[in-house]
Amino acid sequence: MYSKGFRSLALATVVTLATALTLVFFYAPLDADQGFIQKIFYVHVPMAIVALGGFVAGGVMAIRHLRSGDPSWDVRSYVAIHLSIILGVGVLATGAIWAKASWGHWWVWDEPVLVSFLVVFLLYCVYYPLRFSIEDPGRQARYSSVFAIAAGAFVPLNFIAVRLAEAYTHPRVLSQTGGSLPGEMRLTFLVSLLAMTLLFVTLWKLELTAKHAAMQLRRLKRRLAEREVVTT
Amino acid sequence: MIAAAGAILRKDLRLELRTKESVPAMTLFTLTVYVLFHFGLDRDSLDGELAAGVLWVTLLLAAVIGVSRLFAAEREQGGIDGLLLAPVDRTALFVAKAAALFLFLAAVEVVAVPAFGLLLLGPELGGALPELIAVLALADLGIATVGALVAALAAETNARELIVPLLLLPLMVPVLIASAQATEPLLRQDQGPEDLARWLGVLTLYDVVFVLLSVAVFDYLLED
Amino acid sequence: MEPAIELEGLGRRYGERLALAGVTVSLPPGATLAVLGANGAGKTTLLRVLAALLRPHAGRARVLGAELPRERWKVPGRVGYLGHDPLLYRELSARENLKYHARLHGVDSDRVRRVLGAVGMEHRADEPLRELSRGMVQRLAVARAVLHDPPLLLLDEPRAHLDPAAADRLEPLIGRASGRTRVLVSHDVEGALAEADFALGLKAGRQVFAGIVEATAARELYR
Repeated sequence: MYSKGFRSLALATVVTLATALTLVFFYAPLDADQGFIQKIFYVHVPMAIVALGGFVAGGVMAIRHLRSGDPSWDVRSYVAIHLSIILGVGVLATGAIWAKASWGHWWVWDEPVLVSFLVVFLLYCVYYPLRFSIEDPGRQARYSSVFAIAAGAFVPLNFIAVRLAEAYTHPRVLSQTGGSLPGEMRLTFLVSLLAMTLLFVTLWKLELTAKHAAMQLRRLKRRLAEREVVTT
Repeated sequence: MIAAAGAILRKDLRLELRTKESVPAMTLFTLTVYVLFHFGLDRDSLDGELAAGVLWVTLLLAAVIGVSRLFAAEREQGGIDGLLLAPVDRTALFVAKAAALFLFLAAVEVVAVPAFGLLLLGPELGGALPELIAVLALADLGIATVGALVAALAAETNARELIVPLLLLPLMVPVLIASAQATEPLLRQDQGPEDLARWLGVLTLYDVVFVLLSVAVFDYLLED
Repeated sequence: MEPAIELEGLGRRYGERLALAGVTVSLPPGATLAVLGANGAGKTTLLRVLAALLRPHAGRARVLGAELPRERWKVPGRVGYLGHDPLLYRELSARENLKYHARLHGVDSDRVRRVLGAVGMEHRADEPLRELSRGMVQRLAVARAVLHDPPLLLLDEPRAHLDPAAADRLEPLIGRASGRTRVLVSHDVEGALAEADFALGLKAGRQVFAGIVEATAARELYR
């Protein structure tokens, strides 16, 4: 079910990743101010965009789960959110490195995207304890979905609020994330974004396949156990 | 649905008046936190940004207590089943609980805000009171809505006391930002509202989104 | 006449475990069904499915003409549920509790007064429940269950905490004399069978028998 087209997807991911890395190291120009470390931008920003996309996608899948009652949508939602949280760690780490390189501090409050991402990350971290503290599987799935939907709606609201506040306290000029990028940087950035997206989707499908297989195995074991009970 | 929500709300208010569990605790908590801030910041009086920040952070922390206790009566005594067995729209429960939390917050603020004016605030409160009340009302609506949703989400978990603050506080960040930004100019020496409309707009947007969302998903929390 | 309850192969999972499986029974209106089984056999789960508090996962179920789970919204208000939990607030009085439930069910307050009288609790109707004995609370739980005059009663150990006199007093409300369709869960095998028209036995969630049975067969459930 999940392996259909997976090979081509994985291949596309590897190719795009290789291309992106090549572009980052050999094609994109070296930044005059920050030097080599600026290239972490090509990891940090795509990672953030894909992670946020993953959170929102998790919310959409959660809506489908609630409306259809089909538990497989909840699993899809869980994996998407789970992967995005892991990416989130990467976003914050690369963000810190970049902040240190750009402004000399490991954390800055001037960057509204980074700051609002921190809040979103803290919120989504609660997904795990919430989900795994509910024992009844049906309820666990439903409550996780409600969380995913509320948190998904929260992401844009939070960004708006943080952005507006930063505009007040730190009316700084936007960093490289905004504004226009010169041609070479733009190309590298877009390819990196594509590579990150494909990587996410590949990992998502991979984990779903693994979970599906594990569930089938459990189901078969259970049926075998029940058959034994009936025949004895 | 409204009639049922009214019945549930009346029941909750009656229980609160009799047991006096949530509101006094929340109020006492805010007063204690003011004292903590006095010692922590080593300041006798605050104004402007610092005052707005202390006021709102304290209120949000007090809200956590209210949210944790919101479904306590159902858990410990009456049971949600009584409601599920009645021919009543389940959204009525959400409306009633959010309304109850709103009223509890308002009751706490009636004491906590003047107390803040007395204990920590430098400038006089009186001048910008109508604007402050507008901010409080919209913020309380957001806190009550999301608080009721979080309370219901955390109701079935074993780690409820941990989950509620961890879940509620990040969700409250936009409310905190908008409220603090709106309140800051009201608490300055030369007070007067600034960009109030903008921040009230943010609060309104937040409230609308979460009211609609909560009403849409609440049923799924009560199923099965 | 349409059966009050019609179950066919009813099943319900709890995760990967089976809480109920293969439950098949047809209960005509006004009849009493005794549900027997050891602890954990699924009796309470069955009751909750019938009350539309839980959704069936397999098989067919019709309660008072409503197809579950599709038409489960038709059930609330027509069922009187008496479980282990009295579903009453300890800090409120009997009258306040019943008035609350009356409002939820659209029942007028005059009925509250009459039901309080029927269970013999008018004289202590205004004290908080926490000051009453467990037996009195049980009586009030019965009052709550019949307040809205439901055609179907789902009773889980209705005589728990009650002395024989109190239990007898409640007969016209929840006993055979009430004329309502009843599903009765009880560990008192002989007593339950004596007042039942049909019996259903559960063992580890599975239906073991359904029909008219002798007490000896029922005892097998507890082995």
